[in-house]
Amino acid sequence: MDRDALGAILEVYDREERFLLPILQDIQERFRHLPREALTETARYLAVPESRVFAVATFYKAFSFTPKGRKPIKVCMGTACHLRGASTLLEELERELDLSVGKTTSDGQFSLETVNCLGACALAPVFTVEDRVYGKAEGRLAEILERERKS
Amino acid sequence: MSRLESAKALDEWRRSLRASRCAGRRICVCGGPGCLAAGSADVHRALVAASQKASFAVDVCLDVVRTGCQGLCQQGVLVTLQPQGTLYCAVQPDDAEEIVDAFLQGRAVERLLYRDRARSVEDVQDVPFYLRQEKHVLARCGLIDPYSLDDYVVQGGYEGLARALCLESETVLERIVRARLRGRGGGGFPAGRKWEACRRASGDPKYVLANGDEGDPGAFMDRSLMEGDPHSLLEGMVIGAYAIGASKGFIYVRNEYPLAVKTLQRALEAAREKGLLGKDVLGSGFSFDVEVCRGGGAFVCGESTALMASIEGRPGTPRVKYIRSSERGLWESPTVLNNVETWANVPLILSRGVDWFLSLGTEGSPGTKVFSLVGKVKNTGLVEVPMGMTLREIIFDVGGGMPKGRRFKAVQTGGPSGGCLPEASLDLPVDFDSLNEAGSIMGSGGMIVMDDRTCMVDVARYFVSFLVEESCGKCTPCREGLRQMKTILDDLSSGRGRPGDAELLRSLAENLRDTALCGLGQSAANPVLSTLRYFPEEYAEHEAGFCRSGVCRDLFRFVVDGDSCRGCGLCASTCPVGAVSGEKGRAHVIDQDRCIRCGKCCEACIFEAIVVGEVTS
Repeated sequence: MDRDALGAILEVYDREERFLLPILQDIQERFRHLPREALTETARYLAVPESRVFAVATFYKAFSFTPKGRKPIKVCMGTACHLRGASTLLEELERELDLSVGKTTSDGQFSLETVNCLGACALAPVFTVEDRVYGKAEGRLAEILERERKS
Repeated sequence: MSRLESAKALDEWRRSLRASRCAGRRICVCGGPGCLAAGSADVHRALVAASQKASFAVDVCLDVVRTGCQGLCQQGVLVTLQPQGTLYCAVQPDDAEEIVDAFLQGRAVERLLYRDRARSVEDVQDVPFYLRQEKHVLARCGLIDPYSLDDYVVQGGYEGLARALCLESETVLERIVRARLRGRGGGGFPAGRKWEACRRASGDPKYVLANGDEGDPGAFMDRSLMEGDPHSLLEGMVIGAYAIGASKGFIYVRNEYPLAVKTLQRALEAAREKGLLGKDVLGSGFSFDVEVCRGGGAFVCGESTALMASIEGRPGTPRVKYIRSSERGLWESPTVLNNVETWANVPLILSRGVDWFLSLGTEGSPGTKVFSLVGKVKNTGLVEVPMGMTLREIIFDVGGGMPKGRRFKAVQTGGPSGGCLPEASLDLPVDFDSLNEAGSIMGSGGMIVMDDRTCMVDVARYFVSFLVEESCGKCTPCREGLRQMKTILDDLSSGRGRPGDAELLRSLAENLRDTALCGLGQSAANPVLSTLRYFPEEYAEHEAGFCRSGVCRDLFRFVVDGDSCRGCGLCASTCPVGAVSGEKGRAHVIDQDRCIRCGKCCEACIFEAIVVGEVTS
């Protein structure tokens, strides 16, 4: 783990307990997961028990203990997407990527997860790769993934 | 630019801004969630380039701005020309030069106009989708550049705050009470009463919070406001803080909304720089500042006490509310929490007056409400209508009704805490009380339209599955009750249903409603109870092993109706697994062993020849 990077994240914040969540968010963003040492270090920095840090880290969906892919794929499971076939879309993505939800490809490029609503209901069903949004993509999945693999 | 030291200085600044604007000619590119997804960033870039090119040739000043949501997401990318109000739909980057040229020549690009049947509509106000709407909270959204404080002020922004600061704080409070403003987050609790309790409570400091943790799937009203008109939220909060006597505020924004966080942060900086926030607001002696907090991706954090726990840096689990947050909330201090849309109503009440506000909507629910209208409806989008408009008017007049060939079945309001209402409820006026009586709730404003290809048992299962994931696990009825309900619903939708399942489900749901600790659990039964109430026949069919809507894959099969099939072959070419076969011009056949029941053939067929049949053993 890059200790300097962690130090740079911590020093932005005052040593107040309320900054636990934003600190963990920054760590997740930087390392694509929460490394064990970073949690210990955060607890020491804020002078709170490690159990407190773990309580927060396990409670919120934004955090993961295993690294997410460099290009996280998020499939929208919002109501509008559900009605317009989000589960079929998810199955197709799982097939194309040979990957199940919550997992990362062995080369670390893609990870697959579901989210509750991306707010792009007009284009349902929708998924994103990083911040690129793909809607109504039935039949184009292989082509989209191929382009994403190369870029 | 220097700080504004008084309300008068703000007024003067507004006047000088208005005078310096270049003839007001603008190209507004929608940057709302739907249009962003449809590629509005590229369209914006192309329009900027085209207008720069044009302004070299002719000496004109043409602004191209990225605005918040313009509403008609279905037709994105949207571009509106100001001041004419010409609306272009489905704009591509390649259209940029033509749009700019035509604008400078004072004509419209016919092929990009909204088409209503055979007619093309030029003025945005004449588009049926906008015709019945009354945009007040959303008035600026889609018109201004969300990053520009100048734009907000030119459009009358911070006028409400200036007025409020000239009044005694009690008078401000009294106006909100008199306006009977109710919480737009779903509960409809009178905001004024909350403020009053907080003002009276002893304890220092006092806090005001904005709930922007919009977690309901299918809802993006607050996101659109935060991303499209962030200052309206801020202005409302400053006014609220002044009325209550709070010195600090927090805006809690959902983790999935990074653009909202960025937009709000920019707005905060701009407002501080001008003295509209921070120490000595507009030279009044009143000080107040706001911080933005990012959520962690937990639906339960939309619940008030969970949200406060989350701001404090703890897991977002709710507490029992023996004592209201207005007396003891964030860090045990008196706290007012209102939803984003509620805050955005506050400046309007101050600037346009209580009587004006009361003239909108209904007696019990004055004002307007913003909805995100989604699902199986022609015009998906963001709408604002006066309270009391009927569901039918919203879905069929504003939303344009069902897509071709589909029949209306139900409308879901209020997200996972709400319910599904059938066709017989379509004439219900939409306000807090009527929806409650019908077994749903207003909720934050998600409105999801469902057609005859939507299975109501599956809808109930969808929401219960969602809530099982999101239940924080603190109280037993919610943690265990939802899990048992999910098991029954899973069984029903996979052919393992048994007679009596619906009744068992009802009793579990009623227990959950009556005994759960927080609002999430108490309302979690609504999707189940409302579908049981209005669609009992579908539950009965599922118990017996049939899904009439063709959704639960083990409970039906697609068959070709030989009399209606013309043998066009559209279904066969759409089928992803090659299960449909037949000669051109002859009725086709579906190979049941290959069919994965995805329904693509059924949607593709223009003769309604593919129908849902029972599974025969």
